[in-house]
Formats: sequence, structure tokens, C-alpha cells
Amino acid sequence: MSVTRAQVLEWLSHVPDPEIPVLSIMDLGIVRDVVVNGTVVVALTPTYTGCPATEVIEQSVIDALHDQGIADVSIDRVLSPPWTTDWISAAGREKLREYGIAPPVAGASKREMLQGDRAIACPRCRSIETSLVSEFGSTACKASYKCTACLEPFEYFKCI
Amino acid sequence: MSDNEALLAYVTRLGDNALILSQRMIEVVAQYPELEEELANANFALDYIGQARLFYSLAAKLEGKDRNEDDFAFLRDGHEYRNVLLLEQPNGHFGDMMAREFLFESFYLLQLEALQQCDAPGVAEIAARAVKEIRYHLRHVSQWVVRLGDGTEESHARMQQAIDDHWQFTGELFAADDIDTAFTEQYSGPNLELIRDQWHDNVAAVLNEATLTKPADEWMAAGGKQGRHSEYLGFLLAEMQHLQRSHPGATW
Repeated sequence: MSVTRAQVLEWLSHVPDPEIPVLSIMDLGIVRDVVVNGTVVVALTPTYTGCPATEVIEQSVIDALHDQGIADVSIDRVLSPPWTTDWISAAGREKLREYGIAPPVAGASKREMLQGDRAIACPRCRSIETSLVSEFGSTACKASYKCTACLEPFEYFKCI
Repeated sequence: MSDNEALLAYVTRLGDNALILSQRMIEVVAQYPELEEELANANFALDYIGQARLFYSLAAKLEGKDRNEDDFAFLRDGHEYRNVLLLEQPNGHFGDMMAREFLFESFYLLQLEALQQCDAPGVAEIAARAVKEIRYHLRHVSQWVVRLGDGTEESHARMQQAIDDHWQFTGELFAADDIDTAFTEQYSGPNLELIRDQWHDNVAAVLNEATLTKPADEWMAAGGKQGRHSEYLGFLLAEMQHLQRSHPGATW
């Protein structure tokens, strides 16, 4: 097989996250490794343990590589080190903002971030005059906010 | 007891705790009077299912008998379940559910924090992942305990009753049996006496803020960790396992 690891990573950068399709799984930081050695093994880590997208993502990876003519693909689920929102790439954060989801604050894995006050900037007008509407949103990873400057409601990608 | 037996039993207990609590939470999905708590409950239940799957998959691997996570969940009878009694109690009202989750998660968070440092293959990784979720849950349920306890006369009385009613099931959390002891010795696992002291401090702080009275440790129920359950577990399993028992191997 003539495929290279870099080529596989490039293909994976086009595989979207099923719940936030503006992000690729590379942006999200859940591809931990790719090993090309006769077969292709893609190491993926879950965001949340109960994330219902886990199986869909695994199938998307297999399908994407099958489409490129790679027949022998396997998925290795890795848990360590655990994923945090700090794994989301800088490009991914910018894509989230453009999409209308406030990206998680960097350094999120710190325990204080879960308990302290947070200034979340509105993804539309960038104001930090925002207020929490609900800690729980359309998916486990998002909270609902509203901007008191431009009055738009928006979602915030929670730090874990 | 061999190392592997203790490890398998310990991991199965972790999976059973997660699954049984998630099943209780799932019973009230789509019944909440408002959306935020509905989503909180459903999301938290999903976290527990995810944790149960990881623990059961590890247990299945340790056991080496060609069983999988679904076999552990759907094809074991009540006496084979090793969850603590606290988690199989009926939901009652919202305050009861918050009391149960608050008392359990105050323990589970400390247990997971300790398990992150243990030497048991596979366990520390799952604990490191799960601890972030439980920290978030505990923060949320603690807020409810405070809000209801330090609320109206009615909510205060009902929250106090809920804490009192569930207190008898908290002793089992810290009662080390031979499996706990073997696991802790062999894999540098949690020190339950240390955890009990921390648990009492943490629980007292929240109850104090909630203007609630911390019950005295009197008679404590036990047996869940050894497979001796209350009658409630059977009904829970009958509902949860119905499909796989009626149509073995069914998929969709």
C-alpha cells in the first residue's frame, strides 16, 4: 500500500463531527494517532463517555477511508489522556465562532474553570456582556447563553 | 482471591453502579416540567451509560469468557448485580432524586479521584475520563440541594426528609469487604476510611449551606455490593432487560 500517514490525516481533516459539522474530527482533536503499516489503524478518543456520536464518527472514518480505496481500516479507542476542550485546535475554535458557537475558554481542564465565573464572549458581536440561560443545551457539550449587547441567543461549547 | 478476580469484581461493581443509576434517571426522561432540568437529567444519564459501557467492556475483557458489555447489562440476574442499594431505590420526588445523586456522587467523585492514581490496568484511564463528568454533575445536584433546602418551608421539609430517608444507604459506600480490600492492596486503590472522612466533610458543608441537618449515622443497610438487593432491583431489571430477554440478540 502506497498511502502515507500524512495522506490519511489529510483525508480525516474532511470527516465532519456529526453534531457540529463545521468542525472536522481533526479540528476537534479526537484523532490521537494514525498508524499505516499494511493496514490503517486510526486511534480515536471519545469526548464524553456517553457521547452518542462515538459510533457514528468511527463509521464515518471507516467510510471516508474506504472511499479513498483503503479497504483494511480499524479503529482503536483510546481513553488516555482524556480529551478536554483544550484539544480543539485554534482553527477549530475560529470555525466554531464563525458558526455561532462560542468556543471553549482555553485552559479549560483546570478545575477552577468548572466552578468559577466565566466571561463568555458573544460569537457574533464579541461583547462579553452575556448571561447564562441554561447550563444544558442541545447536546451534552453545549450550554445556552444570550448576549445582552446584541440580544442574540447563542450556544457555548462547555469546558471540560 | 486472585488479583484478577478482585479486579473483575471491582470493575463490575463500578459498571453496575453507573448502569443502575442511569436506568433510574432514564425512567423520568421526558417527564420534567421544564427543559433545562430535562436536558440535565438526560445528559447525566447518558454520561453514566457511557461509563457503564467502559467498565463493562473492561470487565468482559478481564473475564475472558467471550461476553460483551451488553451481556453484562442485559443477561445477568439481580443476584449477579453488585451496585450499592442506594442507587436502586425508587425515584420518589425530585428532591429524593437530588438527595440520592448528591449522596452518591459526593462519594463517587472521591472514589474516581483515587482510582485515577491506581495501578489497575484500564481502570485509571476510565476514571480520568469519568471524573470530569461527575465533578460537573455534583456541582449541579449540590446547587439543587441548597436551593431546595434553603427554599420554602415546604421544600426545606421535603429535602430534609429526602436526605434522612437515603442516609441509611450511605454506610454501604464505605463498608470495605474482601473485594475492596484486595483491590486496594493489590492496585493501590482508594482508601475507604479516608474517603469516608472527606465525604462527611464535603456533605456537611453543602447541607450546612442548605440549612439542612446532617443525620446521625445509625443503622445502615448493606448487601448490594454482595448481590443481596432490595425488591426494587428486580422490577428495574425486568423493564431494562425486557427486550433482550424476550428477543435474545435483537438488534436495530
